[in-house]
Amino acid sequence: MAFVTASWNPLGEAFYRKVELYEMCWSIRDGLRDSLVAAAPYGGPIALLREPLRRSPSSRPQLEIYSASGAAIASFPWKSGPVVQLGWSISDELLCVQEDGSVLIYDLFGSFKRHFSMGQEVVQSQVLEAKVFHSPYGTGIAIVTGSSRFTLATNIEDLKLRRLPEVPGLQGRPASWVVLTQDRQTKVLLSIGPELYILDNTSCTAVCPPGLSPHAGSIVHMSVSFSYKYLSLFTDSGHLWAGLSNLQDKLLEFDTKTTERPKQMLWCRRPKSQQPSVVLMWDRLLLVVGECNDTIQFPVEDPSVLVGEMDGVRIINSTNQELLQEVPLVCQDIFKIASMAPGALLLEAHREYEKSSQKADEYLREIKEQNVLEEAVRQCVEAAAHEYDPATQKSLMRAASFGKCFLTDFCSDPFVSTCRELRVLNAVRESGVGMPLTHTQFKQMTLQVLIDRLLFRQFYPLAIEICRYLKIPDYQGVSRVLKHWASCKVQQKDLSDEAIARAVCVKVGESPGVSYSHIAAKAYECGRTELAIKLLDFEPRSGEQVPLLLKMKRSHLALSKAVESGDTDLVYMVVTHLKNEMNRGDFFMTLRNQPVALSLYRQFCKLQEQETLKDLYNQDDNHQELANYYVTASYREKKLESSLSLLQNAVDEYNKAKNDFAAKATEEEMRLLRFQRKLDDEKGAGLLGLSLQVTMETLLSLGLHKQAEQLYRDFKVPDKRYWWLKLKSLAEKEEWEELEKFSKSKKSPIGYLAFVEVCMKYNNRNEAKKYICKVTPEQKVKAHLAVGDLESAADAAIEHKSESEIAAVLSRCSASDRLLVDRLNRASGAKK
Amino acid sequence: MARRDTPGLPDFSLLKRLARDQLVYLLEQLPGKKDLFIESDLMSPLDRIANMSTLKQHDIVKLYKVEYKATVSLSDQLCFLIRPRIQTVKWICDVVNADKAVGRFRRYKIIFTPQRFFACEAVLEEEGVFGDVTTDEWAFYLLPLDDDILSMELPEFFHDNFLAGDQRWLRTVGGALHLLHSVYGPFSKLYGIGSCSQMTYEWWREQVEQGEQGARPAEIGSVFLIDRDVDFVTPLCSQVVYEGLLDDIFRIKCGCVEFGPDVTSSDRSVKVMLNSQDKVFNEIRNEHFSNVFGFLSQKARNLQTAYDKRQGMDIKQMKTFVSEELKGLKQEHRLLSLHIGASESIMKKKTKQDFQELLQREHCLLEGFEIRESISFIEEHINRQISMMESLRMLCLLSITENGLLPKDYRSLKTQYLQSYGFDHLLTFSNLRQLGLLVEQQGAETLTVMESKVGKLVNDKTAGKITDAFSSLARRSHFRALSRKLNLVPKSDEEYDLRVPKDMAYIFSGAYVPLSCRLIEQVLERDGWAGLEDVTRLLNGHEFAVTGGSRAEPNSDAQRLVLVLFLGGCTFSEISALRFLGRAKGYKFIVVTTAVTNSSRLLEALLGNHA
Repeated sequence: MAFVTASWNPLGEAFYRKVELYEMCWSIRDGLRDSLVAAAPYGGPIALLREPLRRSPSSRPQLEIYSASGAAIASFPWKSGPVVQLGWSISDELLCVQEDGSVLIYDLFGSFKRHFSMGQEVVQSQVLEAKVFHSPYGTGIAIVTGSSRFTLATNIEDLKLRRLPEVPGLQGRPASWVVLTQDRQTKVLLSIGPELYILDNTSCTAVCPPGLSPHAGSIVHMSVSFSYKYLSLFTDSGHLWAGLSNLQDKLLEFDTKTTERPKQMLWCRRPKSQQPSVVLMWDRLLLVVGECNDTIQFPVEDPSVLVGEMDGVRIINSTNQELLQEVPLVCQDIFKIASMAPGALLLEAHREYEKSSQKADEYLREIKEQNVLEEAVRQCVEAAAHEYDPATQKSLMRAASFGKCFLTDFCSDPFVSTCRELRVLNAVRESGVGMPLTHTQFKQMTLQVLIDRLLFRQFYPLAIEICRYLKIPDYQGVSRVLKHWASCKVQQKDLSDEAIARAVCVKVGESPGVSYSHIAAKAYECGRTELAIKLLDFEPRSGEQVPLLLKMKRSHLALSKAVESGDTDLVYMVVTHLKNEMNRGDFFMTLRNQPVALSLYRQFCKLQEQETLKDLYNQDDNHQELANYYVTASYREKKLESSLSLLQNAVDEYNKAKNDFAAKATEEEMRLLRFQRKLDDEKGAGLLGLSLQVTMETLLSLGLHKQAEQLYRDFKVPDKRYWWLKLKSLAEKEEWEELEKFSKSKKSPIGYLAFVEVCMKYNNRNEAKKYICKVTPEQKVKAHLAVGDLESAADAAIEHKSESEIAAVLSRCSASDRLLVDRLNRASGAKK
Repeated sequence: MARRDTPGLPDFSLLKRLARDQLVYLLEQLPGKKDLFIESDLMSPLDRIANMSTLKQHDIVKLYKVEYKATVSLSDQLCFLIRPRIQTVKWICDVVNADKAVGRFRRYKIIFTPQRFFACEAVLEEEGVFGDVTTDEWAFYLLPLDDDILSMELPEFFHDNFLAGDQRWLRTVGGALHLLHSVYGPFSKLYGIGSCSQMTYEWWREQVEQGEQGARPAEIGSVFLIDRDVDFVTPLCSQVVYEGLLDDIFRIKCGCVEFGPDVTSSDRSVKVMLNSQDKVFNEIRNEHFSNVFGFLSQKARNLQTAYDKRQGMDIKQMKTFVSEELKGLKQEHRLLSLHIGASESIMKKKTKQDFQELLQREHCLLEGFEIRESISFIEEHINRQISMMESLRMLCLLSITENGLLPKDYRSLKTQYLQSYGFDHLLTFSNLRQLGLLVEQQGAETLTVMESKVGKLVNDKTAGKITDAFSSLARRSHFRALSRKLNLVPKSDEEYDLRVPKDMAYIFSGAYVPLSCRLIEQVLERDGWAGLEDVTRLLNGHEFAVTGGSRAEPNSDAQRLVLVLFLGGCTFSEISALRFLGRAKGYKFIVVTTAVTNSSRLLEALLGNHA
């Protein structure tokens, strides 16, 4: 395949080649002469401003935007002020830096997006020169003003202007300057005559490039490489110096023998470059200077523009576009004349095989003998990726495919992915699309970014095809495309709301990850509220609709959607919003219709605003809750009077709520509180706040029987309760006589077993026995057992002939009670 | 056909690792030395995830409990690990503002777990400290308490959700389900009953639809979601299974119980982890208490035999015995003596006449016999002030099983209760009424009458709707009807052998099959709610059964793993019942709950003087 090497030029050990990318589709009358041109790297778009310096107010220069292949994208007359510099941001936006320091941002299609200024003082001093640069922080702009001051913005998305310190001795603009990104800092490197200065945030330092001969003259041009790692300088004596941009090392020095300043000077290198070089362009000559001081010269016939890429330089002129790059090593290995590299042999073998020649076998044998077949396949696949011409790609891939047939355990993943990537690359390189990406650039840029850029250009079908072809998950692929498409669609002014909503719904359907609310927000941004509401109807997740509805001032709808979503945070967000927006009455009314929101707000009020809570219940005529509120509030009160008045409020509300039980209970509580207070004052009994039961207990233990009796009557305490109480209290104090008297006062409502048990509890068996005779027959056994009288218990049980009672007694018998056990067993047996 | 083999469980310790890694990451976000404030109820869960030395490794100097007091910390960086509660956030605001007032500069970071709520951030904003603190979320949703129990440790879910109607925790539960789904899913089928379950399910589904789905092998089969208010009877019953009893008496906290001196028979308290690692406990946890002693003494005999092996050993055998077996035996010995101690302590408390009588009354209520006697029993219980919580529990049980109390009883019992325990319980009663736990019969009866009248007038479909409307008017229980339809109360004339349980009723001495577990059994058997229409209508509906995303073959091991999610807590008795059901039917149940509950925790959340 001799013709592949036809375009190769040796430079030292390496070769350089010029590949034709496109014949430009554009037809530009005067070529690129007198135009301000900005071409974005990575095969990005080209912007052209015709005759920007013709400043007659009547004629307006034309701003044109083309794809990299020269296909027209947009064109419009420039109506704003004089432009100093054009540039592209990383998201394919056109930045136009005006003389007055304002920067206008347009999208790819020439519609104005926004603008910002590079500082107030610039309006006076004017921008002399500007540079748009890319760094890990995004797209930046640097300007030098008429007062010789530099201003930097490292990221236009997050604009922070930095005015750099003054450069001593600088008048007007410097002879040459570049922006450098080093050690996470953005600096300016500038030259005044033969001197070189580094300007950073705080200082201006003179520096000296190592090995630059002192007679070289003034530095008139300089350039940094794509990676900011290398720097080249050109002096007015025609000297070229190239080295590391940190000025630690020199790579080459060369005398071009031309004193004329080159129009453009760029680095041409690739990652793992063998022979990095500097490309200089004059009106009629393109010169490539390598590290080995070897050169290649190309004539320049037409005014051209050089675009630096990470792995080469693109040369654009009015008719065509070429890529100048170092031939990748693997391609050299394969295509170099008389190469014996495994890949070259494999390619040859395959060629012979196609011709059905037995030589194919010879070549193959040779490769196999050296045991390098795998390497050969790898080389072919790799080389194919670097080739631009589909025919060459194909022949290399076929050779690789042929070779891998003879390998047993071959991992075909790189082969398959390279095939796929090449198909995608060929598709975007198509002149109609016009993105002349190399494989290296593609890998660096990633597929995600490629799709983004297709979206900026609105190549939706192609983007979808690529996503599907590469099987990207919908979420990151097709859905993202559709989202972008829909956001763009809603901006079409010539279509009715109805038509757009329908079109969006049909296309987007229920694709995962596409949010209708996002699209609706876009529509709202363009001032199409009605369309936004229509689109929101398609949003299945009601929660997503809420923030936008709030923004559009549809608060009620937002609240019901938030409630529907079940997301309490959202509900709360709307509630807070409404609270600030509406008057209190309306706010409460709104909440009343939304129980979920209401209870949420109530919870909040309980913790934050107790008073509001009361108002809420009042508004709702919720007397029950209002009463409960007063009760709770009464517990927080320290003073009895206020607490009583709160309870009185509670009574009123309970009555309104027709809860007479609660009302009565509250009244009784108030009565009790007053009673307790009185006794506390009189006797210091410490009763306040105790329950009725505890109050009586305390009274009894204090010996205040009369008062206890009073409570018993006043509060209609059930007899049973009172008897229990008295029983316990007397036993506790061991007032056995009193107890006996009490037991005889009337018939015990709680029976007499209780007396037995309580006495036993205080270990008074004798007292307990006194009451056994009074115990009802059914409880006799239990009573006897309680005092531990097994014999009597057994007697009673046998007398009752009750199986369960006999069992109960038996369970208490131990081994020593043999006789008793026998008796019981007999009784139980007899019964059967 | 019953299957005897049970499938293995997924490895839930992964959840712990995930939580720990995220916590470490969050702590690293605040580089340098710092003090950490932890909400008190997060202490124990945190301890299961990362111990003090782990925290120390990540520059935590001192650990404080959040106590709502002015801080004494001297550190320049304060980190707060809290639940998203307004009260706590307010306290942090006070801390920050106090520092500001004295011109002290510190860095503050709040880590909300398991998620932040808008309301909390709104408080920060209102108090003017939003810019001074950074906030983060620690997605610590689930704490594995055991191989088959995952707890969200959110006891307030019950109060906030069912009583206050505040649904914000539902999202958290949905998040927990989503976490399980993304780690162990996809699920083959989801069943559920109750409005919270339904909302949780929907919230979860939304999250699943939004997220990416990778194909993973399914480790869990179906999922069953159930609201606590579907079945209040079960948690209100006295627990008589060993683990449940331990919880009722000693209060198991975060899978750990503290045995006091009466159990350890020394002067120290001992903390014991209760899980399947404890071999002794593992064998008795699901047993009815009456069997526990027998088992323990058998175990003691075995242990003695194992020790006795030493006799007649030569030196070499002795050596291997000491190095291999002795440690295990010693450990077992220690645990055995602790559990024997605990059982004795339980025996002392629970075999008394009172408790037996209480149980008997409980069974009568469940069966619906001797209601009058039960009422006077409860009355006496209240009058004698035997136990505030027990009385309340019996009242509620009476009301639920009897479909509300007669107005006369309702008023008199409440009056008695107020007289015994104080007027503030008026609010407790208001809460209980709201949840339908303690209600008056009259209203409900009139409704039923009206309902049946209306039902005759219109066709069935509308009648259903009207019924729904009525049930929302007055929440009532239809326990008796449910009990009949689902056969919850086994016939009492047969002798129930507690040693060889034949159904789930053994957890309540054979008197009652827990409603919640019976529902799960029925739905799994029928693969849905078909045929249970009568039951779901009585339970207020909101049932659902949907297929999930899993395509696994129906008979694989994973398909027999059923995840049961209790919204509002579940009891250890229910877990025991599910374990029994799993053994009987060849399932394995994984219980996920907002918190482990029991009757006292449930009722304490509803007390009127509750914060």
